[in-house]
Amino acid sequence: MTRRRTLQAGGAAAAALALSACGVGGQQRDPAASEDYWADKEQTGSLRFANWPLYMDSERTQLQQFTESTGIEVDYKEDVQEAASFFGQIQPRLANGDDTGYDLMVLPNGFELAKLIELGYLVQLDHTRLPNYAEYAGESYKNTAYDPGNQFTVPYTSGITGIAYNPDYVDREITSIADLWDPEFEGKVGMMGDAQEIANFGLLLNGVNPADSTLEDWQAAAEKLREQRDAGIVRAYYDQDFIQPLTNGDLWMTMAWSGDIYQQNAEEGTNLKFVVPDEGATLWTDNLMIPYTSQAPVDAIELMNFLYDPEIATGLTEYIAYITPVPYAQEVMAEWADAEDGSERGEALREMSESSLVFPTEGDYQKLHNYVNLEADAQEEFASLFHEITQS
Amino acid sequence: MSTDVRTPPAAPGTPAEPRRTARARRRIDWGRYYTWAVLAWLFLPILFMVAFSFNDPAGRHNITWQGFTLHWYKNAFAYPELNEAMFNSVSIALLTMLMSGVLGTLLGLALGRFSFRGKQLTNLVMFAAISAPEVVLGAALLSTFLMMGVTTGYWTTVVAHVMFCVSFVAITVRARVITLDPRLEEAAQDLGAGPWTTFRLVTLPMLFPAVMAGGLLAFALSIDDYIITTFVSGDVTTFPLWIWGTTRVGIPPQVNVMGTLLFLVGVILAVANIVMARRRR
Amino acid sequence: MNRKITPYALVLPAWAWLALFFVVPIGGMLSLSLTTGNVITGFQQTFAVGNYVDAVSTYWEQILRSLFYGACATVLCIAIGYPMAYWIAFKGGPYKSTYLLLILLPFFVSFVLRTISWRFLLSDTGVVLGPLKSIGLVPEGFALLNSATAVILGLAYNFLPFMILPIYAVLERMDPRMVEAAHDLYAGRFQAFVRVILPVSLPGVFAGVLMTFIPTSSDYVNASVLGGTHNTMIGNVIQTQYLINNNYPIASSITFVLMGLLLIGIFSYARALGTERVMEVHA
Repeated sequence: MTRRRTLQAGGAAAAALALSACGVGGQQRDPAASEDYWADKEQTGSLRFANWPLYMDSERTQLQQFTESTGIEVDYKEDVQEAASFFGQIQPRLANGDDTGYDLMVLPNGFELAKLIELGYLVQLDHTRLPNYAEYAGESYKNTAYDPGNQFTVPYTSGITGIAYNPDYVDREITSIADLWDPEFEGKVGMMGDAQEIANFGLLLNGVNPADSTLEDWQAAAEKLREQRDAGIVRAYYDQDFIQPLTNGDLWMTMAWSGDIYQQNAEEGTNLKFVVPDEGATLWTDNLMIPYTSQAPVDAIELMNFLYDPEIATGLTEYIAYITPVPYAQEVMAEWADAEDGSERGEALREMSESSLVFPTEGDYQKLHNYVNLEADAQEEFASLFHEITQS
Repeated sequence: MSTDVRTPPAAPGTPAEPRRTARARRRIDWGRYYTWAVLAWLFLPILFMVAFSFNDPAGRHNITWQGFTLHWYKNAFAYPELNEAMFNSVSIALLTMLMSGVLGTLLGLALGRFSFRGKQLTNLVMFAAISAPEVVLGAALLSTFLMMGVTTGYWTTVVAHVMFCVSFVAITVRARVITLDPRLEEAAQDLGAGPWTTFRLVTLPMLFPAVMAGGLLAFALSIDDYIITTFVSGDVTTFPLWIWGTTRVGIPPQVNVMGTLLFLVGVILAVANIVMARRRR
Repeated sequence: MNRKITPYALVLPAWAWLALFFVVPIGGMLSLSLTTGNVITGFQQTFAVGNYVDAVSTYWEQILRSLFYGACATVLCIAIGYPMAYWIAFKGGPYKSTYLLLILLPFFVSFVLRTISWRFLLSDTGVVLGPLKSIGLVPEGFALLNSATAVILGLAYNFLPFMILPIYAVLERMDPRMVEAAHDLYAGRFQAFVRVILPVSLPGVFAGVLMTFIPTSSDYVNASVLGGTHNTMIGNVIQTQYLINNNYPIASSITFVLMGLLLIGIFSYARALGTERVMEVHA
């Protein structure tokens, strides 16, 4: 080896060593106390709002109403398509203290929200600025399990994860999660790919309340789900793309979200059925929250409050067909239906105001469970247990 | 094409090759049917996509034929997010074309014209960059960005695209440089042209077709890339990423429209090429 | 300009780019694969070689499956592409370049969009299976979508041109008189093919194998669009671990294992053929 070669090799080794000493730094930050944070914040006149697709009509009616009444312009983006990848997108920015590009965003209860709270990336809400929320939010939306005291989030909309089936192919009534394990439907059953969603169904089948589940319960649930998969009953694991195969018969029944089925039936005249199974189902909630690097927190919290106005909440619900955190919207919707009686819209409003998919009854709420809340380490264990099922 | 390898059919009754002529006349050209069958397979999804750009779906799932409409062509730009994604894709592809075009041309020129220490290593790195799986390239870049605390977004995407396109441009240019006659440049220098003038007035014009071809290849690779982009794009959405996102809730017909328009660009290029080839004959 | 410096000046920008964004990141990934931690606490360098043991013991099945699917798709591409390349090169006549363009034309449409189209085409009652079922050629319960067959077909579909083009390139350069000479020496059509054409075309096939096997075995788009249960490929795992689970140590160690396996494959392949030749044809 020549001297030059030796030097080159030495240089490369040194560079490799320098690099190998690196890790990815810890990202947790101490959240500022609520009043400190809000003390110096002022309205800016505009805000950027990241939401899921199909969570507001294409005219953005409610935002127009907001701008009319407050003068605040809203830049609305349907940028949240999956909680995990959205988290992956904003997390490095928040870790660096950079602007995420959003002042207000909507994420479901779940691992990502838990992480955001644990990392201290969300603004503590000043509830004195949320009078509508205090007055109109339903009791079950006021002290949610995943965010006790709603310190960081308020619900945008909720939905039920239940079973949907296509009666053109299934000639009996489906009532339970156990039906998803029936070998009669081999290769025609859809399950969700999300670790928490699929875990919940395994837990409920075993008679366990997901919110109180332990490691042993998870393992038993995973075993059940593995049996179902290996028996060839499951066709595939889906994200939100189960509607189309369910409509054309590739799937006969599937785990599904309530609002999607309601919307599909309303838009395309299909006759899909949605059931809350006997074993119970889970109620999830998509939540409004403000990242700590927000450039317009005052405008954002004003919009939060505005969305709890019953008229506004009713308008939102009419389009998205999921469960509103404002129970009073049911009455408003019935009034609207009376006012438009006889018209097509009046019919649709009437039907929706009477639907237990959109306005669950007390009895329904009894059957609905919360998700399990986990710290980061337990999350990893949980996720790997169930990803082993879906990523076989 | 200049070379026509088709053997001219022997005139009937020519005694030269009686065995082959008789056979050729009897034989059906299965190869032709076969080739067209494979082409049909290649075009099947495209036909589907084009057809459904004219569909009039009832809801948000554009998958069953409901009726003919031109509505989506009139409203091709109705989705601001889709337009933004398309704009990102095109601008990233153009930047990639430009940057990898310059870097790759210089590299190709050096590899084709000069022998220098480290040439073998350069070839090896280029070969590795071309044959490395996309998922590895994306993952490696993301790992490094994470460790360096670099926030991923538009520019990290451009960097990644230039990285995987440079070698393709360099190879295209190198192939052309090897066939060039260095005496032309020597002649220019003998006539008193400086190195820069020689490069500008002699080398570059001769290289131009290869540079163009390499650049277009880079553009095509960039605009179609999904795998590497998912890893390094952060909050930037490109056309393929946007399509992927909407599969969850139903792909709007505008996606078919844009796909069809892109395809049409390809068809026009192809037809132009054929016409030019005809003319050359 | 000094002729000694010129080549270095020319390669420097591209070299810097490739070093900074290709060579260094591979090292970065190696380093990340040896860390431990999670998103909350950060990932610390602990030289945890155990990550590799975990990665391989958890995902060996997906790794082997990916190599298998990649191999199937590659063989399929040779079987479909070779006759086509042969026919175009020898019988394409004045339309050779037209045929090549036709092969490339579908690729003006986004890879993702083409793959998603197959999902609709292959559905149980779709354009492909629907008619076959209604005339009774295929049993009613038959399904293609969400199966290994669908994934392999999708892979072969997406990477076919990478097989056809290099084979075509070598066949097209071949002197047709060589075939004629074989015939004159009373070689049958089959013999002429095996003894004369095939050996000449092999470098093209080898290049094609390289250009299809590597991308197909590491793809994840086809598996997630067209696959069902037990069809997950290693690319899916890498993507999920990086972007969904944020489990970077495991994610990067699997990626490294995949890269290592493919590198070993390429090098033994290059060894068997002679390194120079593979790199040349590939280029």
